[in-house]
Amino acid sequence: MRNTTLHKLALRAAPWALPLGLLAAWQLAVASGWLSSRILPAPSAVLAAGWALLASGEIWQHLAISGQRAGIGFAIGGGIGLLLGFITGLSKWGERFLDSSVQMIRNVPHLALIPLVILWFGIDEAAKVFLVALGTLFPIYLNTYHGIRNVDPALVEMARSYGLSGFALFRQVILPGALPSILVGVRFALGFMWLTLIVAETISASAGIGYLAMNAREFLQTDVVVLAILLYAVLGKLADVAARGLERVWLRWHPAYQAKAGGQ
Amino acid sequence: MTALHSIRQGIPLAIEKIEKAFGERQVLKGIDLHIPAGQFVAVVGRSGCGKSTLLRLLAGLDQPSGGQLLAGSGSLNAVREDIRLMFQDSRLLPWKRVIDNVGLGLAGNWRKQAEEALAAVGLADRSHEWPAALSGGQKQRVALARALIHRPRLLLLDEPLGALDALTRIEMQQLIERLWQQHGFTVLLVTHDVAEAVAVADRVILIEDGQIGLDLDVQLVRPRPHGSPLLAAMEARVLDRVLAQPELPIPPEPVSPLPTQLRWAL
Repeated sequence: MRNTTLHKLALRAAPWALPLGLLAAWQLAVASGWLSSRILPAPSAVLAAGWALLASGEIWQHLAISGQRAGIGFAIGGGIGLLLGFITGLSKWGERFLDSSVQMIRNVPHLALIPLVILWFGIDEAAKVFLVALGTLFPIYLNTYHGIRNVDPALVEMARSYGLSGFALFRQVILPGALPSILVGVRFALGFMWLTLIVAETISASAGIGYLAMNAREFLQTDVVVLAILLYAVLGKLADVAARGLERVWLRWHPAYQAKAGGQ
Repeated sequence: MTALHSIRQGIPLAIEKIEKAFGERQVLKGIDLHIPAGQFVAVVGRSGCGKSTLLRLLAGLDQPSGGQLLAGSGSLNAVREDIRLMFQDSRLLPWKRVIDNVGLGLAGNWRKQAEEALAAVGLADRSHEWPAALSGGQKQRVALARALIHRPRLLLLDEPLGALDALTRIEMQQLIERLWQQHGFTVLLVTHDVAEAVAVADRVILIEDGQIGLDLDVQLVRPRPHGSPLLAAMEARVLDRVLAQPELPIPPEPVSPLPTQLRWAL
């Protein structure tokens, strides 16, 4: 019995061994002076910087403003993407009229629009929200469209022969059928959301994690810079966990997600 | 168990000079068939003979190119609500629990009825599971319950047992036969299994190349014992007829709706 418990413990610890080892090596390298703290501060220094910002409460303000930009941008972009995806997925005319236009705009890298966006919106909140919305729109649009187009026509035929049509057909058959694909789009979009925000916040900002990093750079506070990068990573991870949570709740009928929920 | 067990009159079916063409290809070439209310009819034939097409026309999934379909003397479309089709694959919605699949398309308080329908097919204890957790035979029984809850007067079965193993098939045949005797609906069973057809049906129709090749009454008392020589003789008679025909080049079965037609769904 003891053997198997140990074995389980080892299995659990295994994924952590390499990152923890690297952290220790990093700490040692800085402590021994082999790595200048100007280039990369020791993990302990990053922790200390984090603690100081936490103690002063400053960090919450930055997190809140970045989270707000990301959230509003995602809601606008994702909402429009979902709506456009529904229109082109469900209506032949919608597809004919809209799809090629959307695909053309999609091919423009949204970050290339930054100079134009600054001209339009200045360097205010609106510019950042606009960029995030643009970055999240397309992954959700594409996957919604694709998901609806790939709903099993046999199920639609069956549902119609059982008297479902219009909104009932959409809600009970087409939307749930497209949902796995839509959620893939959401996960992609969340990735784009943070990426866009990072770039947008480094251009110019007076608050937010990007501001924290750029400000620290001016004062050569590498520990705060690294902390800001880590914050972005944590936020990205949190968003991904939230998306997985949605998958587990909404796709609990799906054997693939049932297995995952049980196994991990 | 009251609602499900009351007898409603089956639909008397009149199929008059029905034709169906998919593009150039004439699949049904003028089928005439009269089925009295409550009769259990099996339709057999080779792949691509048009038997499934006939069923899809009756179910209203496709429109005939010519001829008319009547329920008694009125149009079949007028009694559309009393017709239910059971597909070859169960077509359960994987995101609805078993009981919600049974209640598909129903309004109001249908849960009790759905439980009764599930009990009638022997799956009362599985009502809260996802379809993915069921075996092929169980899925088909859920599909049968889903059809029965509407109290159909005409039940169309499109090779619903084709994908099941031999033992499950016999169980399902007996279940369908029993429910048919209880409810008195008219049944049209499309199958490629002649033994199955003569085992359960009152009448076996053979479709050959879009036309009726054989119309055989199976006047054997029920329950029919498996392996009875009378059944075997019937089966042999139909098979001889089927096999005497030269084999047709098998055209692909029409599939509808095409994926691109999905957007017309709304």
